[in-house]
Amino acid sequence: MQALTNRAKPVDRRPMTFVERMYLPAIAKGMAITFKHIFQKKEVVSYPEQKREFSPVFRGLHVLNRDEEGRENCTACGLCAVSCPAEAITMEGAERKPGEEHLYREEKYAARYEINMLRCIFCGFCEEACPKDAIYLTETFAPSNYKRESFIYGKEDLLIPMPGEKKKA
Amino acid sequence: MTIDWVLILEKILLISGVLVISLVVAMYSTWGERKVAAIMQDRLGPNRAGWIGLLQPLADGGKLFFKEEIIPGTSNRFLFILGPSLAMMVACMTSAVIPWGDTLIIAGHTVSLQIADINIGMLYIFGVVSLGVYGIMLGGWASNNKYSLLASVRAASQIISYELAMGLSLIALVMLTGTLSVKEIVEQQRHGFWNVVYQPLGFILFLICSFAECNRSPFDLPEAENELNGGYHLEYSSMKLGFYLFAEYINMFISSAVMASLYFGGYSFPYMDSLGLDHNLLTILGTVVLFGKTICFIFFFMWVRWTIPRFRYDQLMRLGWNMMIPLALANMLLTGAAILWKQGH
Repeated sequence: MQALTNRAKPVDRRPMTFVERMYLPAIAKGMAITFKHIFQKKEVVSYPEQKREFSPVFRGLHVLNRDEEGRENCTACGLCAVSCPAEAITMEGAERKPGEEHLYREEKYAARYEINMLRCIFCGFCEEACPKDAIYLTETFAPSNYKRESFIYGKEDLLIPMPGEKKKA
Repeated sequence: MTIDWVLILEKILLISGVLVISLVVAMYSTWGERKVAAIMQDRLGPNRAGWIGLLQPLADGGKLFFKEEIIPGTSNRFLFILGPSLAMMVACMTSAVIPWGDTLIIAGHTVSLQIADINIGMLYIFGVVSLGVYGIMLGGWASNNKYSLLASVRAASQIISYELAMGLSLIALVMLTGTLSVKEIVEQQRHGFWNVVYQPLGFILFLICSFAECNRSPFDLPEAENELNGGYHLEYSSMKLGFYLFAEYINMFISSAVMASLYFGGYSFPYMDSLGLDHNLLTILGTVVLFGKTICFIFFFMWVRWTIPRFRYDQLMRLGWNMMIPLALANMLLTGAAILWKQGH
């Protein structure tokens, strides 16, 4: 058979020489390699204390955005849910009542907005699909949890805090 | 005849001391093993429990104690419990003939830092080490599990095969030193060269065989934790499993100490008698040196484990019978010839 690339290396099937059959030189070589590694840089990021730096295009947890007056941008159009390849987003729309104009920017808003972080693949399609600049992917990632239910993030988890108001932990 | 109470008290204290030290060293060998593995793989290793992870062995021990104890219904209950107990007991017994130091003079009373200076110390070591296979054999057989049984048969045949070469390599040493007492061998090295200078081949053979005897990598195929389903202690849980694993670490400690004593001068170190130090101080220094040598050997055991891949079973047997035993015999012959040649002149 003709070789497809010139990178193929034939297997050396010559019988081993006496020195090779003693194995001890080869063992010593291997031991030297492992010993060298004692002094090499450790590739560990001790996670809770140190955090790895993310690239600028990192896509992490979602946030629901507000406009400059602190009103929710989301109109529950459902484009994010449609574009989601993992079907992680569920929402329920509701009509804005008179007197709620300071809460919601437009006449319709999301009464319920849930993202299942175990289903989500963090592709960012929801961010691209959103016509209202309402959903963004941040640079944090979902912390570990004990229950599957806890990974379904509701509106209270996703919505960015009101300006001048601290988010509950 | 009156009973020498001071001697009995002294021996009891010494036995407890040696036992405690070997348990503590074995405990911290588990920590050391993980640390060595980690740094050789560019990781950090256990570092959460206590300062640089020093409380990790305690956490592991506590975990093992509180785990559920399962004894299979079809097992032979008595032998099942006897297995790990025997393994542990045998592992602790060898330390009796190792001279942990020279003598201490306390209030005019000479205290030897060796539990029993018997004149057949080497034979005792061999006898006890070969008993160790019973713990493995009984455990594997009493589990009433075919995998455990196979693993224990593998372990037994491996240990027995390598014991032969080990014994033969030591015979050359005995021929050279002319004594079976470990203390005397150490004393001879104190005044002359270390035995490794006279017996380099014998030392390498002994080293390789002690890897096999301790079921350590590259000869750890009775256990082969990443390929087989557990080995002879497959059915064991909780502290019984802990005993088996612990016994292996004690064995490693003891065989390191034996190697240090037989081939690397034990508690003696070069120029120790020309320092002009106080006798007691020198003894303590010697003990520290012995522990240093032992720890070096333990590190070597770990270093090898994280470097060399495991043998295949037929390779293991071929190495044992076709290489080690002939080499040990040749070493014996060479030593004998050298001794004869020396006597002739």
